[in-house]
Amino acid sequence: MLSVQEGWNVRKTMLLLAASSAAFLLLLLFLGFWLSNDNLRLSVARNLPPSWEHPFGTDWLGRDMFTRTIKGLRLSLSVGALASVISVVVAIVMGTCAAVFGKAADAVISWIIDLFIGMPHLVFMILICFIAGGGIYGIVLGISLTHWTALARVVRSEVLQVKNAEYIQISRSCGKSAWYIARRHIWPAIFPQILIGFLLMFPHVILHEAALTFLGFGLSPQTPAIGIILSEAMSHISTGKWWLVVFPGLLLVVVIKSFDSIGERIRILLEPASSHE
Amino acid sequence: MSDALLQVEHLSIGFSQYFKGTKKRVIHPISDLNVEIREGEIVAVVGSSGSGKSLLAHAVLGILPGNAVCGGNIAYRGEPLTEERKARLRGREISFIPQSVNYLDPLMRVGKQVRIGLGADAPSVQQALFQRYGLKASDGRLFPYELSGGMLRRVLFATSVREGVRLVIADEPTPGIHPEALAEILKQLKQLASEGAGVMLITHDLMSALEIADRVAVIEEGRTVEISEAAAFEGAGRQLRTEFTRRLWRALPDNDFDLELQGKEEVRIAADRRKSGLLLSKGALDF
Amino acid sequence: MAKSIAIRLVRVATLLIGLSILTFSLIHLSPMDPVNAYIGGDTSASPEQIEKFKQYWGVDKSPVEQYLSWAGSLLQGNFGTSLLYRSPVLDIIQSRFLTSLALMGAAWLLSGGIGYSLGVIAAVHRGKLIDRIIKWYSYTLVSTPIFWMGLILLIVFAVWLKWFPVGLAVPAGVLESEVRFIDRVHHFALPALTLSILGVANVAMHTREKMIDILNSEYIVFAKARGESKWQIFKNHGFRNSILPAISLQFAYFGELFGGSMLAEQVFAYPGLGSTLTTAGLKGDLPLMVGIILVSSLFVFAGNLIADILNKVVDPRMKGAV
Repeated sequence: MLSVQEGWNVRKTMLLLAASSAAFLLLLLFLGFWLSNDNLRLSVARNLPPSWEHPFGTDWLGRDMFTRTIKGLRLSLSVGALASVISVVVAIVMGTCAAVFGKAADAVISWIIDLFIGMPHLVFMILICFIAGGGIYGIVLGISLTHWTALARVVRSEVLQVKNAEYIQISRSCGKSAWYIARRHIWPAIFPQILIGFLLMFPHVILHEAALTFLGFGLSPQTPAIGIILSEAMSHISTGKWWLVVFPGLLLVVVIKSFDSIGERIRILLEPASSHE
Repeated sequence: MSDALLQVEHLSIGFSQYFKGTKKRVIHPISDLNVEIREGEIVAVVGSSGSGKSLLAHAVLGILPGNAVCGGNIAYRGEPLTEERKARLRGREISFIPQSVNYLDPLMRVGKQVRIGLGADAPSVQQALFQRYGLKASDGRLFPYELSGGMLRRVLFATSVREGVRLVIADEPTPGIHPEALAEILKQLKQLASEGAGVMLITHDLMSALEIADRVAVIEEGRTVEISEAAAFEGAGRQLRTEFTRRLWRALPDNDFDLELQGKEEVRIAADRRKSGLLLSKGALDF
Repeated sequence: MAKSIAIRLVRVATLLIGLSILTFSLIHLSPMDPVNAYIGGDTSASPEQIEKFKQYWGVDKSPVEQYLSWAGSLLQGNFGTSLLYRSPVLDIIQSRFLTSLALMGAAWLLSGGIGYSLGVIAAVHRGKLIDRIIKWYSYTLVSTPIFWMGLILLIVFAVWLKWFPVGLAVPAGVLESEVRFIDRVHHFALPALTLSILGVANVAMHTREKMIDILNSEYIVFAKARGESKWQIFKNHGFRNSILPAISLQFAYFGELFGGSMLAEQVFAYPGLGSTLTTAGLKGDLPLMVGIILVSSLFVFAGNLIADILNKVVDPRMKGAV
């Protein structure tokens, strides 16, 4: 059939786009390990504008900005990944509890979600960061405790839907255990949603991590986090060193957009009904 | 015929569907339609759901989705009905009574919806129209959700009555309503015709169409099967020209009630409906 | 309708209580002693002051009593004393809030107006070049850190073009009373612009979706059939059906707006509530921090409540349902 063939083509393009975004991110990650820390030593090559040797220029201490940026992104990505995983776990637990344990639990959890949405994310993160005494630990905790709400709602409605589906009722009447049903029926049904939720949460998490470090929370000024690089560069822009700001930020935007596009494409691939547009 | 108000000849409507990628294909829900309406005449266009009746109305009004391709000729008062002319005439000389009350803006008071396009003396004209259709003046301040289905139908009729309207296209104005309301609607259509307008009544309900129509066009799978005087539908249908129409006529409960035949018809209607559903979701109404 | 508003108000009240409990427990659960946290590394605090903090927190009592006495003093408007500024927290918040409110208000209106227009334009020209540009622009903005956008604007407009000053709400070294209105606007423009640019994406994308739905609806087909022009269709039906969701979306956006203002204020050294919170957090001024957190949450709750009411109650279709 014509339509089948065309549909396959669409999917191939989408997969290709998602894969190239993923390859780009992997390349950055690889560079993060491969680039030598020697490039970060202080040197006399100070305040150089971008060149072939230093694609992103050098800073006021003679450090190579490209290396700093890549290392900073590596840190952001790992912090982001960790915080996202924790967030997803919280979301699964909360969403499932809301759906499974009856109306009272549902009301309580929806109230908690409202509570967490009510506080401005960044403000809440700063509070948690501060309480946890700063450091990476504080950042991860702060971010993961604020990003689970939307996904928890999705998980809740998915589980509710599956729970009331006919085949679950049949399985239950066949005497299967609750654990068996959860593992064999509910989990596979909600897994795609969770994967998509994770991928779409990632960009937000990285943005918030960058914002927190930019404001000066959590990490020491020596850490090459992307937010710290930009916040340091801030005091040098009035002297015209634009490259200190432009390139690290640009790369961050591209990284976030790549994650976003991977998430969106996979969402569309997993939900064929939404692929009309 | 030169004295025809509206003449539709060999009308075809296709929808092009793009697939992401390269290819494009065209499906033709309407392949060959012919209808002719004279002033003061009621012509019923009868066909099963999905036979393309509504598309005919939309083609005459020029409100088909952007991906539609039309062929054939449509002439209005002897001159070709171009898209520009359609845009100029619709809502002025050609008015439309849509098939569902969803065609009213849910957030606009119904009085205002009737006043759209009425010009300077809109408020008084609207009052008069409300009176004509048995609506209270206070109903004008209500939103569509506050009115009953029957009242909303009357509002829809009120929107179609304009000074200078020569052609009224009523798209399924009678689905699923009780007999009294049905009689009322038929009476109103008859009244429009007696005021001199040509009326195109699009319906799947042959029985009620026959009560007021002068002529009946039977449509099946995008083609006009037959156009006959309403008087031809009588007895065993021997005056009808085609076997298809004869069967349609005899399948009606009041006639032979040919059950076996009706069963087949139902199946086909269901299949058609599926097809048309697909069509509407694909051919996004884009403009 | 009154009943449903009342129910929502009660819910907001419980949320505020929950928020205060959450904040309190977070502080209480933390390894830090609140008194220590208050004083931090500040050795200049006199024993007298320490005694005052102890009293404020009720350190010697049980956690529940501590919470109640703390919440009680909050209700009386006693948010404690800022360590950094050595003055009552509420006074500081009052003076900063107005500065921030001007910034956020301007950005809110600007981003709402521009975002709505872009959304409508994109929807009307769906699939055309202009739609693709607006879509691309919005999706890219969503991925852009606001502080980076602020820095770029700073480089372009303040450093290169020298149209605007590099920072601060008023010119440096000028007495408060001598600051002219034009100076304020001059200093205010870039942060407000930064905050607006980012806010556009959200409302533009939602309005686009909503408007596409509306344009595909049967009542628009009917409007066309009745001879309404494109402009009339927008004026009579499109605007009417899309403006309420857009406004309620903007109200629900208060949380993001506040977070954004923190970053924008940091970039432009604009002395509003956000940059004060950042300073308080970095310097460990707990009373000031908690005060700003509670006030900003109140602000966001109010926004969410208004959005909720707009969505559910103002829509005429909902009147019968509530």
